[in-house]
Amino acid sequence: MKELICITCPKGCRLRAEAGPPFTVTGNACPRGAEYARAELTHPVRTLTTTVRIEGGVHRRLPVRTNAPVPKERLFDVMDEAAKLCAHAPVKAGQRIAADVAGTGADLVATRAMDALDAADENGSGGR
Amino acid sequence: MYELIVIGGGPAGLAAAQAAWQAGLRRILLLERDCELGGILNQCIHNGFGLHRFGEELTGPEYAGRFIEQLAATGVEVRLDTMVLAVQPGAGGAPHTVRTLSAARGAEALETRAVVLAMGCRERTRGAISIPGQRPAGVYTAGAAQRLLNMEGLLVGRRAVILGSGDIGLIMARRLTLEGAKVLACVEVMPYSGGLVRNIVQCLEDFDIPLYLSHTITDIRGRGRVESVVVSEVGPDRAPIPGTERVFECDTVLLSVGLIPENELTRAAGAQMDERTKGAAVGEDMQTSIPGIFACGNVLHVHDLADYVSAESERAGRAAARWVLSGGGETGGALALCAGEGVGYTVPQTLHPGALEGPAEVFFRVRSPMGEAHITVTDGAGRQLARFARPRLAPGEMEHIALPQKLLEGACGPLTVAAKEVRA
Repeated sequence: MKELICITCPKGCRLRAEAGPPFTVTGNACPRGAEYARAELTHPVRTLTTTVRIEGGVHRRLPVRTNAPVPKERLFDVMDEAAKLCAHAPVKAGQRIAADVAGTGADLVATRAMDALDAADENGSGGR
Repeated sequence: MYELIVIGGGPAGLAAAQAAWQAGLRRILLLERDCELGGILNQCIHNGFGLHRFGEELTGPEYAGRFIEQLAATGVEVRLDTMVLAVQPGAGGAPHTVRTLSAARGAEALETRAVVLAMGCRERTRGAISIPGQRPAGVYTAGAAQRLLNMEGLLVGRRAVILGSGDIGLIMARRLTLEGAKVLACVEVMPYSGGLVRNIVQCLEDFDIPLYLSHTITDIRGRGRVESVVVSEVGPDRAPIPGTERVFECDTVLLSVGLIPENELTRAAGAQMDERTKGAAVGEDMQTSIPGIFACGNVLHVHDLADYVSAESERAGRAAARWVLSGGGETGGALALCAGEGVGYTVPQTLHPGALEGPAEVFFRVRSPMGEAHITVTDGAGRQLARFARPRLAPGEMEHIALPQKLLEGACGPLTVAAKEVRA
């Protein structure tokens, strides 16, 4: 029996899970909790959010996320890959920045749109 | 003349402006001091937003993006890079004047019928909590470090100690670790965490970062830059216990010690304030003591979840629209709401049973963590109007009850909301 706190949503359900077989879980308020407990007992995964360098944008960093959870022990490998990337403005929200990042099968996607810094505005108030 | 001016383009202002548009207003102006909309969500690149609202897990920028897109589909006018200096009584027939300053337009006085205050909050600093020690570089509020890292691309340090277990501090513990810094400890003066329990798990436990409860920083040392901090255990009175000191060698201290609603405009306008929330006192329609001025989001009281900010701000936007379209109708008799045993504050602070269009939504925080508990609402005559059961309560998690209109008929004020643990 393992006690877990579900991290799927801010509610933070206290779960009690048994790897089994058969796998059992109690304390979850929704099916996501059961899914989370099963993954935690077998192969924990996390969605990774970070930033990558962007050139020509209104900011210097572009926020990105993995479009699927990746194995917890691979988070730092994905970070190493993300550190090598450079996006170019303009970028659309949801645009793929890197495919199959660090061989995890997940893509890195932009989590916001970023306009190109207008050439005329390069020294103006729009940029940072 | 505008029908409505919304001050602040973060999650609160975005939701309020859009709701007011949908409720029928057509001359709405949204003012934002930054160069883009979205507010603090732009630097909150982590996920966990939107589960209530959209049924999926979004990052801060994604959550903001949805609201910005929806707003762009309306006729709401947006002005960026514009600072509001004052909200004053109007001249020449307009109820309110909003004084602004911007590089593009200079100083302007904008007339409006209604105002929604949605300026958000700012962080408590080292000065606010009086940490002893030297004054080296390397002491940041967690949100400032988040902005520097996530938007400017600057890592604030290599070895950090985090004071306070608020959500931003926990999120930054993870971010710094992922970016290659070493987070030595998260230190919390209270015997319980101030953040969401999921963040303790996914930000601290996932990365083996120790959480020291009932501990605080009692000295910051360093000449040019932070060199070490002294951490001491505290007693039940929160005073450091001599002999428990331990030294952490570090170059950075992050403070996650609370947020303060940013109410300079509200106070200067003369709105009645609530000293517990540090925000304006409002009715169930989010209207302040000044007719036609509404408040919502973190400027009203500090929220844990953006989803709740959006919902509250939509209520404010709709109410502002109703107020403008009805010509500022009467609300009838008011019932004061009081925080009773175990409860820190309530929002709203007053209810107008005659003006309710559904159950009265009341938000509050408890003063200390409780297991299974009952929340009671008692009227001025000592009659218990309602009782709600909760499996557990924590100060870090805002609570909410809905009081059916029927219960309030015939009730005499003030109403007291109390929370009490059920002893087995």
